[in-house]
Amino acid sequence: MTAQRLSPPPALRYGWLAGPLFLLAYWAAASAVGLIDNRILPSPWVAISTGADLVRDGRLPINLLISLLRAAEGFVLGAVVGIALALLSGLSRAGDYFVDGIAQVKRAVPAVALIPFFILWFGVDEGMKIMVIAIGAFTPVYLHTHTALRAIDIRYVELAETLRIGYWRFVRHIVLPGALPGMMLGLRFGVMAALLGLVVVEEVNATSGIGYMIDLARTYAQSDIMLVGLVTYVVIGVIADQTLLRIERKVLSWRRTLVA
Amino acid sequence: MSVVRVRNLERHFTRKGVLNGVDLDIAEGEFVALLGRSGSGKSTLLRALAGLDHEARGSGLIEVPDDLAVVFQDARLLPWKTVLDNVVFGLDGPDAATRARTALAEVELNGREASWPYELSGGEQQRVALARALVREPRLLLADEPFGALDALTKIRMHTLLRHLSAIHRPAVLLVTHDVEEAIALAGRVIVLDHGKVAHEERIILPDDGEERAVRSLEIRKKLLVQLGVETTS
Ligand SMILES: Nc1ncnc2c1ncn2[C@@H]1O[C@H](COP(=O)(O)OP(=O)(O)OP(=O)(O)O)[C@@H](O)[C@H]1O
Ligand SMILES: [Mg+2]
Repeated sequence: MTAQRLSPPPALRYGWLAGPLFLLAYWAAASAVGLIDNRILPSPWVAISTGADLVRDGRLPINLLISLLRAAEGFVLGAVVGIALALLSGLSRAGDYFVDGIAQVKRAVPAVALIPFFILWFGVDEGMKIMVIAIGAFTPVYLHTHTALRAIDIRYVELAETLRIGYWRFVRHIVLPGALPGMMLGLRFGVMAALLGLVVVEEVNATSGIGYMIDLARTYAQSDIMLVGLVTYVVIGVIADQTLLRIERKVLSWRRTLVA
Repeated sequence: MSVVRVRNLERHFTRKGVLNGVDLDIAEGEFVALLGRSGSGKSTLLRALAGLDHEARGSGLIEVPDDLAVVFQDARLLPWKTVLDNVVFGLDGPDAATRARTALAEVELNGREASWPYELSGGEQQRVALARALVREPRLLLADEPFGALDALTKIRMHTLLRHLSAIHRPAVLLVTHDVEEAIALAGRVIVLDHGKVAHEERIILPDDGEERAVRSLEIRKKLLVQLGVETTS
């Protein structure tokens, strides 16, 4: 008798599309029979044709590019600082006392709560926006990387001691690879936080970007443009997450996991 | 000349002493098995020799060579390194990879160099650990129940392998085990740890003749079991 398999069967390549496709089908059907009022939520085909128009007149590409750059700059800044500080506090006691205390306090404050101060310090321009996104991405990247660095398996530490390798070799071959899964997780949360920050700063005050496009459409009650903007945000989010997931599978190929 | 010299070694964690004056010498190339009840301090002694007992307190003299290698009960392979890289890890010199390949061939794992550790069976992983230890040509090999987690058949294969390899490389070996047969089969000398001291020592000299050999083995086994506090009526 074979044992009951408790881990889920291997995932189909595009299996994750099932849920979204179902929602899309429901939405299309409900719009077609008039179950959903077009002024509240336009039908998929209206959204598609509006999207095509926005692409043709250049509004969508330019705003998308601006939003992407903003998010990317903020994310990279937050991730680099997050990893650097996590290394500082994860590898040395002094760094731990100094940096980690501050980071733990920061963790209790949502990035968006800092917006008023950031406006005061950095003005209302690009600098402020990127800083808000960066600080949003920083927190999960720092926390997960730091935790992973601190949770190195004592058995591997002992192994390294008996192999008589030096400290930096130990860090390079044991601490860093051991902390990589935690860091990758932090980066994925960081991307999500950066996108959240992007949405918030673009709605608060912007003269360009997807959020600005949505906000402008709202004042004219153009729900189809608003919808295209929203879908664009979703697409950015999914692509960013999938990209990181791919990188993760590649660099963590030595791991045997449930999803494999 | 001895490779290991231990004099009046004491170790304690809380108040209770774990090692209360252990004296031990191991000669060049000698194979010593260390027996003792659970909790008698075998691992504590081995970890003291390996220099891994940062948290223990105590006194005494320990002289061990710098080039020692340790095999743990778990293979302790780094999961993010391939089998070959696990053996290479910590080696220096341009021929490190070649030496590692040779060591893997010695433990009959040629062809598995590019595998990840999780792709190997428990016995195969332990053979990689053995290769990683021996590739360094240590003067002293410390092993703490290296075969404790393996099944009986794999264990016998590992015994043959270890006997063969230690005959080639001739390191001094200190093997911690709670398996009396294993100790007799592998070691030239068996010591029993009890109440924090070396309570008994037994040279294992077995005749070549099969029948005499079996009889002598049984005698030694009986004696050691008595030392370990296990009554035998057989
Ligand atoms: N790090 C530690 N902190 C506190 N006590 C310890 C520690 N390590 C070992 N001890 C204690 O020291 C004693 C001897 O332990 P040790 O691991 O050396 O026994 P052992 O002979 O290897 O036993 P086993 O055959 O079960 O492996 C035990 O009573 C144990 O509880
Ligand atoms: Mg033990």
